[in-house]
Amino acid sequence: MSIIRLFLTQIIILIFSVTLTHGASEQFKGKIYTPGMLKPVDSKTRLKAGMTAPSFTLPSVKGEKISLAQYLGKKNVVISFVPAAWTPVCSDQWPGYNIAKDLFDRNNAVLLGISVDNIPTLFAWTGEMGDLWFPVLSDFWPHGAVSKKYGILRSDGVSERAIFVIDKKGVIRYIDVHDINKRPALEVLIKELEKLQK
Amino acid sequence: MKKTIMIGIILCLTVFLSVPVTEAGGDITDKEGVFPNITLPEPAKAYEKEYLGIPEGPFALSRIKADVVIVEIFSMYCPYCQKEAPNVNEFFRLISQKAEIKEKIKIIGIGAGNTPFEVDVFGKQYDIRFPLFSDESFSIHKAVGEVRTPYFFVIRINPDGSSKVVYSRAGSIQDPNAFLDMIIQEAGLQKEE
Repeated sequence: MSIIRLFLTQIIILIFSVTLTHGASEQFKGKIYTPGMLKPVDSKTRLKAGMTAPSFTLPSVKGEKISLAQYLGKKNVVISFVPAAWTPVCSDQWPGYNIAKDLFDRNNAVLLGISVDNIPTLFAWTGEMGDLWFPVLSDFWPHGAVSKKYGILRSDGVSERAIFVIDKKGVIRYIDVHDINKRPALEVLIKELEKLQK
Repeated sequence: MKKTIMIGIILCLTVFLSVPVTEAGGDITDKEGVFPNITLPEPAKAYEKEYLGIPEGPFALSRIKADVVIVEIFSMYCPYCQKEAPNVNEFFRLISQKAEIKEKIKIIGIGAGNTPFEVDVFGKQYDIRFPLFSDESFSIHKAVGEVRTPYFFVIRINPDGSSKVVYSRAGSIQDPNAFLDMIIQEAGLQKEE
């Protein structure tokens, strides 16, 4: 029994040593809070590909109100939920999307970034990422309501790290409720968008 | 006895798995540190292979045909690396234009935690002409001390294949001209001309 415990301890140490590598950009030096290793997924969504995406309207960092409905019939929509501002993996995700606009445009898609953080926090955090081309929306109040509607609100009040691809008809075509400790690879998302074009 | 052996195996396995690339001597971000002799995959583009002067297949850093190799640790997801990319391109252009050093100083980039696809997105976005490699598993990033990005190592490749870090820094290289002058000085390249 004690050998198993030792083995598990070593594995945990190893996992920690592998995952503390995110958020290493000089841009965020001294500004990142490291929560440590978290339960990979702490919710269970009832949504599935083929279902109609739940509607929502949320305020953006730039002061607009953004509704999912405004893209109906016009654009495919990618929603990127990230758990929390100023944390390692989250700070290491949207900046990459920010230089991949061409890939979204090519697939007639818009990207909406959503977090349960409030607007001032998101303003300060995303300001470190440069001028983001996509809207960043706050699901702060009622707290996590949209995250809950999508079935991805964790028990500690943050959302999962999740991606939803919604087509022009408002139908969910892809869901990735990702391990919160890891960043989803960009190519997986792009391949899913390319499928919508076929 | 069996239990002791099992504990030993588990501890060895942990150490082995957590240090994927070896040979780093002390803190390699220090001057005089030994850069790990990492192995990189064969570049996909022919001109990159030609630029590095390497044989077919995967190659060790020390096989790059140069007196000095500059390794930039970057990430496609790093805003600072994105801002710095045009500056590094200018630095590469400066070297390429100087006949007396262009064969002596080579640059490569290593995308920490980036898949080959993500590295390619970064390269295309900033029109980067020097070879970029993926370090998807962070193994190289770990071996070089989990440095912040971008991070620049200036490595002197000795004729016997050994290497020595002559300079390293995190963040911007600042003025590319001044950075190049400093490298020439630090690596002792002027004396050889």
